Amino acid sequence: MLYREALNRALDELMQKDESIVTLGEDVALYGGSFRVTEGLVEKYGEQRVIDTPIAELSIVGNAVGMAIGGLRPVAEIMTGNFALLAFDQIINHMAKLHYMSNGKIHLPMVVRFPQGVSRQLAAQHSESYEQMLCSVPGLKVLSVNDVNYAYHALKHAILSDDPYIFIEHELLYNKKGEVNFEQELDPFKARIVKEGSDITIVSYLKMVDDVMEALPSIEKELACSCEVIDLCSLNPIDYERLKASIKKTSRLVMVEEDHKTGGYGAQIVSWAAEELFYELDAPPLRLAGADVPLAYNRALELASIPTPQSIAEDIIAWGVKSNV
Amino acid sequence: MNRLLAEDIYYLMVLGRKFEYAAKEHYMQGDISGFLHLDIGQEALSVAAMKAFEKGDVFATYREHIMAMARGVEPKAVMAELFGKASGVSGGKGGSMHLFEPSRFFYGGDAIVGGHIPNAVGCAYARKLQGSEDGVMVIFGDGASNGGAFFESLNNAATQKLPLLFLCENNEYAIGTNIKRTAPFKEQSKKAEPYMMTMDVDGMDADAVYEAVSHAKSLLEKGHGPLFLEAFTCRYEGHSVSDANSYRSAQEMAHCKAKDPIELSKKRLRELWGCSEAEIAALDTKAQEAVDEALLYAKSAAEPEIGLLYEHLFVEEV
Repeated sequence: MLYREALNRALDELMQKDESIVTLGEDVALYGGSFRVTEGLVEKYGEQRVIDTPIAELSIVGNAVGMAIGGLRPVAEIMTGNFALLAFDQIINHMAKLHYMSNGKIHLPMVVRFPQGVSRQLAAQHSESYEQMLCSVPGLKVLSVNDVNYAYHALKHAILSDDPYIFIEHELLYNKKGEVNFEQELDPFKARIVKEGSDITIVSYLKMVDDVMEALPSIEKELACSCEVIDLCSLNPIDYERLKASIKKTSRLVMVEEDHKTGGYGAQIVSWAAEELFYELDAPPLRLAGADVPLAYNRALELASIPTPQSIAEDIIAWGVKSNV
Repeated sequence: MNRLLAEDIYYLMVLGRKFEYAAKEHYMQGDISGFLHLDIGQEALSVAAMKAFEKGDVFATYREHIMAMARGVEPKAVMAELFGKASGVSGGKGGSMHLFEPSRFFYGGDAIVGGHIPNAVGCAYARKLQGSEDGVMVIFGDGASNGGAFFESLNNAATQKLPLLFLCENNEYAIGTNIKRTAPFKEQSKKAEPYMMTMDVDGMDADAVYEAVSHAKSLLEKGHGPLFLEAFTCRYEGHSVSDANSYRSAQEMAHCKAKDPIELSKKRLRELWGCSEAEIAALDTKAQEAVDEALLYAKSAAEPEIGLLYEHLFVEEV
């Protein structure tokens, strides 16, 4: 099953069972979704529940908030992360705050999904990542999806929950293949150990997990070591327990992320490790992130501004040599 | 309109005004902090619109104390919220600008100008899908009708033919800037005309507001799509208590206050409904007692426990 098919399956199964679930966004109905996540749903559930909206992101999320107040379970799709910026007032001032400000009287069972990140030469206004901003907003649960099985289970969890979720996908993962274990009881807040190892803990999420895995053979060969690779899955809350257990075992931490380095998401993981696990570490943590520039159109410039399998391997090997792995 | 309803509306208006003056006094004394936006002068609009829209969902702005009370929230729960107390309507976490009572279909209390309008659109969508006939009312000021959220909402409500009443409270001032300086015309309904039926009403006349909102409500119930009602009104005080209102001349204020909504309703109680002076005085006294009781309650109510800081961040704890 493909990543986008797993998301579609999660939506389909739940929409069939619960009439209060609706999905809305640009091109989600007749067009089938920009990345085909909502394909086929309008034929089954009709235009009243699979809702084509204008290109007006503030209203996509703002209306979803009102739908949730009115007793529906909306799943809002934003075409790409950069467009979600137009909805940030609704996400931050409304979606994240109404439950707390109302002292728990208002419930917002809703999900805002969007893909983000560098695809291929989409330039500065279609390629950025915003998890660092959204994870600094109390009141939102933020999930990121690398894995097909996780995509299915985590989206179902988010839709069925009474809390507001940000559900981050990646444009280059929609056609990723994987197996879904439909019988599994998956906890979406638990980080996923992608590969066990004993010498270096490499923490990542979204597409960078795959890039780390691609870089891994040369890292393990060159450094003659074994790496533990962790996919965070839930970006807020963070599964610190699993990270802690891994870092205690390996004594080394590498954080790999696609967003810009300054103020980027991984700074939270590294600063936490410095505060909590300083004496457990045998080397300074390494943080690999995007360059602090807008994404350029030119392919070579674009690739130079984010970690790639090659740069991840080179940077981790150089760091490993210097820190005596 | 009937005598009982006229008395009720008059009582709530007097209660509202006395409540607001009491809140102002306690703001000056330091019992209430933050921003405090008083609704004095606009009581007819706030009370009569709520009474006419009793069945149906309401989304309001940060100038909503009187609306919440007209909606049935107890004055003491509102005052306790202004005092930041645990038994305030929002547990001391919302404050003056964020009063919520879903059991009365009252959803705030929103302090991002125009930010609640798309929420009302979404709620109207839900009601239509659920087959409810009650409809939704969203109240916003003339200042909100220049923003993108407003225009997106007109478009979506009209496209989807939603049961939504846009009630524009036009007091001509966005904080201290007159609407004529930020929009090409004073009448904001002109912006809605291409999308939906528009109406206007004298917002200083409670009976007129009641009739206009009742009429709009009956149209919504009959499946008429969205409607736009503009109520022209006058804010007696500054935007908030910290605004000295220095941008309006004494002459403008005198003109603005010439048609006081409470005096008008009082006159109608006497002349139209045959209320005696004693009966009117009894309503005034009842309002004063409710405010006194609210103050007493708010002063003695408990502060929220610091341990509750993280409570209600989520429904489901992880």
